[in-house]
Amino acid sequence: MSERSWKEIPIGGIIEEAGNADSYETGSWRTYRPIWDAEKCIHCLACWIACPDSSILLEDGKMVGIDYAHCKGCGICAFECPDKISALEMVLETDAAAAK
Amino acid sequence: MARRLTLTGNDAAAEAMRQIDPDVVTCFPITPQTELMHKFADFVADGEVKAEMVLVESEHSAMSAAVGAASAGARVMTATSANGLALMWEIVYIAASNRLPIVMPVVNRALSGPINIHCDHSDTMGCRDTGWIQLYSENAQEVYDNVLQAIRIAENPDVLLPVMVTFDGFIISHTVEVLDALEDKEASDWVGEYKAMYTLLDTEKPATFGPLDLQDYYFEHKRQQIEGMSNATEVIKSVGKAYEKLSGRAYGMTERYMTDDADYVVVALGSTCGTAKVVVDEMRAEGKRVGLLKIRSFRPFPHAEIVAGLASAKAIGVLDRSVSFGAPGGPVHKEILAALSGTGHQTSIVNYLYGLGGRDISLDHIRSVFEELETVAGKTIAPNEVRFIGLRG
Repeated sequence: MSERSWKEIPIGGIIEEAGNADSYETGSWRTYRPIWDAEKCIHCLACWIACPDSSILLEDGKMVGIDYAHCKGCGICAFECPDKISALEMVLETDAAAAK
Repeated sequence: MARRLTLTGNDAAAEAMRQIDPDVVTCFPITPQTELMHKFADFVADGEVKAEMVLVESEHSAMSAAVGAASAGARVMTATSANGLALMWEIVYIAASNRLPIVMPVVNRALSGPINIHCDHSDTMGCRDTGWIQLYSENAQEVYDNVLQAIRIAENPDVLLPVMVTFDGFIISHTVEVLDALEDKEASDWVGEYKAMYTLLDTEKPATFGPLDLQDYYFEHKRQQIEGMSNATEVIKSVGKAYEKLSGRAYGMTERYMTDDADYVVVALGSTCGTAKVVVDEMRAEGKRVGLLKIRSFRPFPHAEIVAGLASAKAIGVLDRSVSFGAPGGPVHKEILAALSGTGHQTSIVNYLYGLGGRDISLDHIRSVFEELETVAGKTIAPNEVRFIGLRG
């Protein structure tokens, strides 16, 4: 819980900065975790285009991983990954955590 | 210099809007509001205003577009009635919660069903808890004056809440009356320029609008809304005083018509107050101590003024033009009971339900209310003993 009182915050739900979704970690909402197989990946970036949470991490135009702090586990990346490639697999979060 | 005009209530609202010339007006037609926006569309087509008029495909979109434009920092108006207001409902709350000072004339009409296009207050009474300020108008003059004052009230930095200016469908909206209007320059100086605290288009000071607001801050934001609504009482009064200086016409939270020494007081809002004043005049001429307490601002509710206005009353008749199904009485009645509760004021309060779906209320009806009040003074009336005016038995 944040501690500022109703007298100290801007009215109307305004947040006095932009782009603050980055500081709101939605990864804890996840039921299924996307697991990326770097060996299979052909870096077509279909997952990067479709990800609604900008959670596909790129470096120099190539996929390097997944931002689990923000990924909500919607599974769109795994759906969009070409069937012949299947570099992304959705795994139950509890199973993924147990496997660690 | 006042301009004397003969206008319908709808045209009086449109005339005020022409002089305000909001940045954005969103609209969708619905009887009996339609002619209001017809008239305003004429002003747009004739180049008399610079307002951006957005014609949308539903009232839900009319209010959504209003919220968007107001978030961008524009002064925004729209208007509706009954089922149109009902379709807006979701966004009506958002406009208030996001603290957007949108001003919306609402032409009171019975909510369906069965379908009906005539006046009652079920539409605006239904959204009395949306966080909008509600000003009820007695006639076309008050429609005009309330719309102009609503801009100043809504945009006051201590308030920043949207305002509904309500007036009775057909009875006011379609009846031609004589009224006095301000000169254009007086009106534009009165409303002045609106400068929003935050705008979507300010790249120097970017902000986030309408974010997710969960257990940690939602409650605090509601508390702020309560404060804004509470501040509105003083702002409505001070704007009313300033407007009196400009126009010569006085406005407060309530109007006390011969209540100071009255034994029997009728409480009402809207056009019925005009009818009641005639009855009060007639009965005063007969030596009866009767009065009318007119509620202008239903939200915020004028508790202090109500208590003062009813101080001498031995019996009070509260007129409700909408039903609160399952509750002991109508919405106005409950507020009056709450206002007097704990004040030690001993009086008999009778609730009258009238005028649903446009059912006429006559001088004789109101006279019979006063006559009944004379017989109940001193008696305890249960809150659920509701009387019906003009209903076939």
